[in-house]
Amino acid sequence: MIELAYVRASDASDAIRRAADANAKYLGGGTNLVDLMRETVETPAAVVDVTGLQADIHQTPDGGLIIGAAARNTAVAEHAAVRARYPMLTRAIVAGASPQIRNMATVGGNLLQRTRCTYFYDTDGSRCNKRSPGEGCDAIDGFNRYHAILGASENCVATHPSDMCVALAALDAVVHLRAGSGERTVAICDLHTLPGDRPDVETVLEPGELITAVEIPPSEIASRSTYRKVRDRSSYAFALVSVAAALELDGDTIADVRVALGGVAARPWRAWRAEKALLGRPATEATFLAAADAELAEARGLAGNAFKVELARRTLAAVLQQLTEEARR
Amino acid sequence: MSGTESRSAVPIVPEGWTPKSGDDPVVRDKHGLIGAQVSRLDGPLKVRGEARFAAEYLMEGMVYAALRYSTIARGHVTALDTAAAEAAPGVVLVMTHRNAPQMQPPPLFLTAPKAAGGSSLPVMQDDSIHWNGEPVAVVLADTQEQADHAATLIEVHYTSSTPRTFEEARQHPRTPDSLVGQPVEVLVGDAEAALADAAQSVDLTYRTPRHNHNAIEPHAVTLGWDGDDLIVHDASQGVKLHAWTYAQAFGLEEDQVHLTSPYVGGGFGGKTLWSHHLLGAAASKLAGRPVRVTLSREGVYRLVGGRTNTEQRVAIGTDDQGRFTALIHTGISAMTPYNALAEQFTFPARHMYATETLKTDQQVVDMDMLANSFMRAPGESVGTFALESAIDELAVELDVDPIELRIRNDPERDPSSGLPFSARNLVQAWRTGAERFAWEERMAPGTRREGEWLVGTGCAAATYPYHRFPGGVARLRLDKTGHATVEVPAADMGMATATTQTIITAERLGLPLERVTVAYGDSAFPGSMLAGGSGQTASISGAVIAAQRALVEQLLALAGDDSPLAGLTADEVGGRDEGLCELADPSRWESYAQIVQRTGRDEVVVVASASDPEEMQAYSMHSTGALFCEVRVNAVTGETRVSRFLGSYDCGRIINPTTAASQFRGGIIMGIGLALMEETEFDERTGRIMNPSLAEYHVPVHMDVPRIDVIWTDIPDPHAPAGARGIGEIGITGVAAAIANAIYNATGRRVRDLPITLDKLL
Repeated sequence: MIELAYVRASDASDAIRRAADANAKYLGGGTNLVDLMRETVETPAAVVDVTGLQADIHQTPDGGLIIGAAARNTAVAEHAAVRARYPMLTRAIVAGASPQIRNMATVGGNLLQRTRCTYFYDTDGSRCNKRSPGEGCDAIDGFNRYHAILGASENCVATHPSDMCVALAALDAVVHLRAGSGERTVAICDLHTLPGDRPDVETVLEPGELITAVEIPPSEIASRSTYRKVRDRSSYAFALVSVAAALELDGDTIADVRVALGGVAARPWRAWRAEKALLGRPATEATFLAAADAELAEARGLAGNAFKVELARRTLAAVLQQLTEEARR
Repeated sequence: MSGTESRSAVPIVPEGWTPKSGDDPVVRDKHGLIGAQVSRLDGPLKVRGEARFAAEYLMEGMVYAALRYSTIARGHVTALDTAAAEAAPGVVLVMTHRNAPQMQPPPLFLTAPKAAGGSSLPVMQDDSIHWNGEPVAVVLADTQEQADHAATLIEVHYTSSTPRTFEEARQHPRTPDSLVGQPVEVLVGDAEAALADAAQSVDLTYRTPRHNHNAIEPHAVTLGWDGDDLIVHDASQGVKLHAWTYAQAFGLEEDQVHLTSPYVGGGFGGKTLWSHHLLGAAASKLAGRPVRVTLSREGVYRLVGGRTNTEQRVAIGTDDQGRFTALIHTGISAMTPYNALAEQFTFPARHMYATETLKTDQQVVDMDMLANSFMRAPGESVGTFALESAIDELAVELDVDPIELRIRNDPERDPSSGLPFSARNLVQAWRTGAERFAWEERMAPGTRREGEWLVGTGCAAATYPYHRFPGGVARLRLDKTGHATVEVPAADMGMATATTQTIITAERLGLPLERVTVAYGDSAFPGSMLAGGSGQTASISGAVIAAQRALVEQLLALAGDDSPLAGLTADEVGGRDEGLCELADPSRWESYAQIVQRTGRDEVVVVASASDPEEMQAYSMHSTGALFCEVRVNAVTGETRVSRFLGSYDCGRIINPTTAASQFRGGIIMGIGLALMEETEFDERTGRIMNPSLAEYHVPVHMDVPRIDVIWTDIPDPHAPAGARGIGEIGITGVAAAIANAIYNATGRRVRDLPITLDKLL
């Protein structure tokens, strides 16, 4: 049997101390890590249970929110302030997984969940550069319907599977980190890395560094926001494409906008180019499509997912159209 | 007299009666049990967790098995290092081809009367590999976790050659020996010539993907040896067939295998005999310990064959009135040299429509894959997608309503065999269904839009043949309290077989439900039964009919001169009010309890064999249905949602509306999956299934399923026992076509390859 130590951390410094071993993992709800351990994709020698750590959701003095990393996904989605002020976040969370999984999954764990590429999971029978760097990638010429069209490399085309992170990316969330050496913050859009030639590296976290909280800055525009997920069945399926967006009009002109895409890259994809192409322009379908085209100019499809370029384009435009109509009401 | 309200007696069938000769008496004379709503009799047991399934049996000294699966599709094992596994904690045995006991290959299901093998390949007898996922080692350990871990410690090395792709394999098609015992090719006239001469025609190609079994209960078996006898707690659709297959594989006498399978958590054609069954028994023999094998969900994908992929051509020619002058349904499917199922997708075309000429033919291509197998309505499920889509396309060509086109071509006699139908009321099902669905409100393709959603309706026919399997035997016990027990080696995979047979038997004997027990799932019971081909209800009923006559003859012979029934023959009496009475003078009545008590015995026991199923040779016997659905297709994303569904069926008598509705609805839900999402991701480069889990292999979730309305004609089939033709599989048939046709109506777009995922509608 694989020996596995389980310890429950009493506070953040305790967690960091206990996870100092090279082969230790922080354990949140376990909804992904335990699966990965069962499949022997992950084989930690120790898991440090951090579900007893900071889990509350409270308001910052400037009107933003701090969400403890141990907060359950359901708690975040149901929180009154989240629902009222950041509806895209509630919608993103409830679009993911199942109620049972959301009741278990933590915010910190959601940020760090790993791709669902089936070749990544198939330790026995498939090659994967993310699992075994340099081994090769069986997904590029295999089944890649759920794979990346943006930011991929010749080594890896996996996507980050989270819905919640897409909303957090659009909301300019900031991730609070703590290590033995101290604390720091990282913008959510900088947390995950693109595969390049190191698809095994997925975030900028240092070894042993712990996510303690996620901070969402105050945002006027976020109260008029939404999340739309396109998938192969009505529920319990990962996004083929998803869009988190917020829009503010000044007359017919786009005064402010936030857009992020999911299901398209190894990280939640903040659509900076689309936002730039939208700002100050009239809120028309032509503008929306042009913005989508700008964002997707460098998108590259594979045999199984080339349709996602057009799907992302249409979905992005439709979400902006919907927000425009709501803004005009 | 006690019990049920007095009604007319149900006569006993005459000597030599078979369903071919005419009505089962239980169809004519009713006590009100058949057709009443009855909840599953074993429901409370299952809800309380007291129904024990195969993986829940404990045997003294039992160990747990884990399997290691090959990662190549074709080649040989060149090296196996099992030392680390053998040294791992708790490990009792590591079995590979090097130490596995000799076993005969399992005889193939449906190729012999006593066969249940899903594949005829030898199991772990040499170093050769035939599919990606073939077991290369079995580990037995004291706990499941120890076995699972030790299995990962085995080092396996292979030499492999590249597996054949479908495109490569199709260069070398072959004609299968038969299609489940029927001829492969059926020709009536020269259909190709008639097609060329037709006033109007369509000639189209459809494709369907591989599917895998996902019964809620993964395959499992708990077994052990008692000397040379083998005790098996199984999850089986064919209890006797499994026992007999074990006996043949291990060179045992049939009565040396004692196999029970009282509860099965879903079968759908997959709970036949696969390699884990034999590996478990072989390992148990080597280790001298009982063994439990519980396949993981991935294990089911690796070891249990599913539905193969098909490529189908449907061509229809008509005269200027839209009457078929030519109907052609041909195609290819992938299979292996080691199994017998070509997926008989051309069967529906053989009997569904009147046509001047007909051609159906199938070929197969051999691939390096797990033997494909039976999966709910093998053939008809995917064959109706092609045929019923093509008819919809023809209706568009002809500019005629698709229901009207089907009714115009409804046959008087079976178009391929020329036989009369035993009963066929499909036109009535169409008309009743169309009215209930409000079919006439249908609009032109692509013209109905609600916001982003394009809305459309579609229809298709459903069909599945009647089967009654030979070899059916029932033992019928009647005790001195007047309680009857039927013993048949049948299987109940959740479809309420025992409940249905309790109803029919009670009706037949004139007993209340609580005075009848149906015992099943035990190889000790005589004869053979198979929960397959939607034929088990008819097969058991046929045997119980014979047993009832034998029982009544014996009761009358034993009753003696003091009985009010003295001197009467079986032809003169019938079952009523918990006893027998003279048909001509119902006041001559005596309770079953009194009759048995007169004999001085505790019980009277008879064993009788069903008549041969000669009704199947005399009549064309098929259930049919008319399906209606409404879909909403998102104009932006291509997502499809089924918003309404109605199934209007003609399946003969419906025995139990409660469980029948569940059967139909379950089939329709499986059909929604077939239409919109189910697909095994078979990586042709390696022959490996890449989505062996319920997370990645999509079946419908609740939100994918609308309210499903189900109605039926309830017209008894005069040539089926109890008037019932069987309903287990028809539910899945036609559904994919109804949905595809509705998508066409919504969007104006045809999708001819399943599943209809959103990318095909962008």
